[in-house]
Amino acid sequence: MALCEVLPGFLCKFPAFSDNSIRMARKSIDDGFKALVRSYIDIIDAAVQPLQVFLNFLERLFVTSPWPIILLAMLAIVYFGSRNIRITIGTALSMLAIGLLGLWNDTMVTLAMVTVCTFIAIIIGIPIGILMARSDRVQSFVNPVLDVMQTMPSFVYLIPVVMIFGIGKVPGLIAVVIYAVPPMIRLTNLGIRLVDKEVLEAADAFGSSSWQRLKNVQIPLALPTIMAGINQTIMMSLAMVVVASMVGVGGLGKNVLQAINNQFFTVGFLNGFALVAIAIIFDRTSQAYGRRLQKHSEVIHG
Amino acid sequence: MASHAIEVKNLYKIFGPNGKAFVEQVKNGLGKAELNEKHGHVLGLQNINISMPAGGVMVVMGLSGSGKSTLIRHINRLIDPTAGEVLYDGVDVCKMNENDLREFRRHKTAMVFQKFALLPHRTVIENTVYGLEIQGVPDGESRKRAQGWIERVGLKGFENHYPNQLSGGMQQRVGLARALTNDADILLMDEAYSALDPLIRVDMQTVLLDLQKELKKTVVFITHDLDEALRLGDKIAILRDGKVVQQGTGQEIVLNPADEYITAFVKEVNRGRVIHVETIMSPLSGNPQGVPITVGTALESAARMMTMAKVSVAHVVDVNGKPLGSVDLSAIISAMVTPVSHERQAA
Repeated sequence: MALCEVLPGFLCKFPAFSDNSIRMARKSIDDGFKALVRSYIDIIDAAVQPLQVFLNFLERLFVTSPWPIILLAMLAIVYFGSRNIRITIGTALSMLAIGLLGLWNDTMVTLAMVTVCTFIAIIIGIPIGILMARSDRVQSFVNPVLDVMQTMPSFVYLIPVVMIFGIGKVPGLIAVVIYAVPPMIRLTNLGIRLVDKEVLEAADAFGSSSWQRLKNVQIPLALPTIMAGINQTIMMSLAMVVVASMVGVGGLGKNVLQAINNQFFTVGFLNGFALVAIAIIFDRTSQAYGRRLQKHSEVIHG
Repeated sequence: MASHAIEVKNLYKIFGPNGKAFVEQVKNGLGKAELNEKHGHVLGLQNINISMPAGGVMVVMGLSGSGKSTLIRHINRLIDPTAGEVLYDGVDVCKMNENDLREFRRHKTAMVFQKFALLPHRTVIENTVYGLEIQGVPDGESRKRAQGWIERVGLKGFENHYPNQLSGGMQQRVGLARALTNDADILLMDEAYSALDPLIRVDMQTVLLDLQKELKKTVVFITHDLDEALRLGDKIAILRDGKVVQQGTGQEIVLNPADEYITAFVKEVNRGRVIHVETIMSPLSGNPQGVPITVGTALESAARMMTMAKVSVAHVVDVNGKPLGSVDLSAIISAMVTPVSHERQAA
């Protein structure tokens, strides 16, 4: 303190812009953004319409189908994906528990949401990852964007998402995809960059075009890493659906949100565990599937 | 399908962001060390002039860092030269556009790699059809052609194995089958056998020599092993620090090493297997005596034939049986041991 008495004032208190000018700047940015959104609202609505339709369709399919059909379909997917009877039995038990606790419909809503999110994250993530792997310039541009996407608190980017798309499923979906797509992009990029240079050289030496090289060598050899990316994306979507319930996404997340607001301890944990159960089912199945794809890499020759 | 010779002319490769700027200086005597120290560029190859015989095996030999792998990659332009030409059938590979180059790689060249470079997610047969698949050959036909080569390299029954299930030697057979299935004039083998055990290596050399007898492709073989070079090469070029130190047939190099570096190399060579009888024969005086020995027979085999026949003199005949000269056992033995001058130089 004593030091501040002798030093000029601007060295002790950080010389910030005046409150007034900051307020002005903030207001003009906010107003500009709102005006921009208002003038393009029709285009934005039309653009997200297919997403809305797809999401609604899947949700209705999951919720309105008789539960035994959904359960059997799920078990079939899990079994043929993992070829593992233990994972299948685990899935059956956890889904039955979820049903008995009255969470079946909410779980179906969440499941539809996560399925669509993962699907979109893969469709967006893999091409961007491929572009990134091909060019260092693209990588140096995309990497900081991904850093922002991953570290920016999700509540913060919910603000512009809500301003643009309003409240509802689609803004929730977009928020989840923003949160879940970075690992997909990063791991696709990494997987392709790690492909053995010798094998790539061989592909070139036989006269592969760049598409043939991508299709025959880079994607197949990067597949284990890409599968890890898909797995991460699923996990992150599941984590994010709770936050997305703040902007109107239904399902388990909404229950959790209500439980937080009302201090419903049991409801909170039951819904939380339902999410965990889905997460584990997805994780084990996709990992077992990924391992099966890599059967050829098991070294049998001693 | 006659193979053509490959002419490498005045080839320079300088690695670094601005290699072209230093070609003139290197031509005027700027050395490798100086180029690296002062300008941060690495001299890969300098002034390479090699004529690779059509339908023959050209071996490029050198230790690691000599530029041999860089050189072979210029033939299918996996590496672009800084200056110079690589001519095949009158066309400069280095001036081809992207499309022509791809066609050239697809139809004229095939390559075998030191670390096999097989696709791990594909079975043996799927790896073997790779070149044809890239060319767009229908699946049925390419599989039929690939099957033939898989059998030729001795992998019948392993078609549906994955590379990881095979030993190194077998994986390289897949690499060879993949290259041969491409049915290209030029076969590039980049240290193809260096990663194999000595016995398997000799075995694979035999496979290549047997195939080459009927295929007559223009083979470029890279190795760091002089014995391998002498066994396979119709012509050998020895590289050191990116320069050709000596080129010629195996015999020429063993009998007249160009400098101490090569002398040190050839010192350890089994000369009896490299030098041919006609090289050391003396003119016929009077009637041919002893057993007839055909031109091209190595000294070791000649000595064996004479010992078996219990004679100390023999005569050399051409392929039609016409006598050309005579040799005796002591001349053979003195040619088989390393000359004193070489021993002293190398020491």
